[in-house]
Amino acid sequence: MRYVLLFVETEEFARDLEAMGPADREHAYERVTEWMATHKDRIRGGNKLRPAVTATTVRLDRGNEPVVTDGPFVEGKEIVSGYTEIEVADLDEALRMVRTWPGCPLVEIRPLE
Amino acid sequence: MTTPEHDRLARVVRQHASQLAASLTHLTGDFAAAEDLVQDAVLAALKHWPVDGIPDRPDAWLFTVARRRGLDGLRRQSNYRSKLAQVQWPVPSDPDARLRLIFTCCHPTLAREAQVALTLRVVCGLTTAEIARAFLVPEATVARRISRAKRKITEAGIPYRIPDADELGARLTEVLTVIYLLFNEGYLSTASRIQSRDLVDDAEWLADLLHQLMPTEPEVIGLLALIRLHRARASARFAPDGGLVQLPDQDRSLWDREEIADASRLLVRAARHQRPGPYQLQAAIVACHAEASRWEDTDWEQIVLLYDMLLHLAPSPVTRLHRAIALRYASGPTAAMAELDALADTLDDYHLYHATRAELLRALGRPSQARDADQHALELTTNPAEQAILRRRVSWP
Repeated sequence: MRYVLLFVETEEFARDLEAMGPADREHAYERVTEWMATHKDRIRGGNKLRPAVTATTVRLDRGNEPVVTDGPFVEGKEIVSGYTEIEVADLDEALRMVRTWPGCPLVEIRPLE
Repeated sequence: MTTPEHDRLARVVRQHASQLAASLTHLTGDFAAAEDLVQDAVLAALKHWPVDGIPDRPDAWLFTVARRRGLDGLRRQSNYRSKLAQVQWPVPSDPDARLRLIFTCCHPTLAREAQVALTLRVVCGLTTAEIARAFLVPEATVARRISRAKRKITEAGIPYRIPDADELGARLTEVLTVIYLLFNEGYLSTASRIQSRDLVDDAEWLADLLHQLMPTEPEVIGLLALIRLHRARASARFAPDGGLVQLPDQDRSLWDREEIADASRLLVRAARHQRPGPYQLQAAIVACHAEASRWEDTDWEQIVLLYDMLLHLAPSPVTRLHRAIALRYASGPTAAMAELDALADTLDDYHLYHATRAELLRALGRPSQARDADQHALELTTNPAEQAILRRRVSWP
């Protein structure tokens, strides 16, 4: 089955990353790269997203002009920061992968149609 | 609603429902559709059996109804239908099939309420209406929970299998939590016993089934023993007027000594595995109470020790509160009160914290503060049996 892993950052996580020294930050990125390498046979694509300040949301209400707003569609402390598409046997295998994810503190697993 | 005859019917249904669900899921590879057919067959049984009597082979009867419903109702889903059409009774039985079913119903990616509802419906053969009555929620709510859970199982790729060895421990804990929750819900039931199903009976049945399927898991044995130790003393818990009788005041001659001895033997067997766990320890604590022939004979030092071990494995403020109660009898009310003071912030919303404080205050000769604490506890509980006890205490001179 194919799933998308949505990686979600919290304000606290972003702050901690910001506060890190260059060596620590480098190390944090390395761990993510390692994770990607470990699971490369299951990964079918994905990307890191640019920060939420760069987002634009368009709300399409029936009959009205589309409303364009600055920012992500949910204004909150948790922001989608990237995604990876994976192909695995079932939800258990996806869960096993995600349990070892070394990056942001929240991951949503969504099956693809 | 629950006459002895209805109870007997329900038990026969329960005996076969999960086997049927497991067989149909195995044969067709479609958990959600299998579950629907089982529910149809269960409803048909509850309608026909009271009139026609229980058939000689209830399993074959249920299977035939489920199969026919499947062939009638699923015309468009030809793949499923053709598999079903090929199946004849008796279907080959797979000893692991029911275990797979249980682990799927209690998958950790399902919400707890969904795990509970699904387990009751699929494994125990309860109807949606029965589940709704037992939990005092609208039937539509239960139906929604079940259909959402089934949709997730199918569409999100929740596997139908027994977990691998490396995750079996965590997954088994999930199953045991569901059974424990059923037991607790039944034990503390606020629903009327006459109108609702006895969930303690279902919890015991499930724990027993799990024990047969996984005979070497000591925590399964622990939970089974825990439930049996409570059931063995159930008839002493309620006075003829329906009021709750507390442990010190219970008529211990009503306790089923044989059942208690059996459950204690189970615990000894579990202990041989040398893998202690929260359920074994809780059961051991209950066994200390159950084995004392008088309240005065209770081995409180042993109970405090078991609570220490339990807190080490599973720290929880409520367990600390229970330990404090044991400590009162082992070391006196002053020591227990010191423990309670340390819990004041965490358990301020918990009625039993205030009820326990009231008892200690009374033992320490501070009756008016005790009454205030009882009043506070009364405001926090919704359980009618507990309310009755507290009301009596508040109104004491």
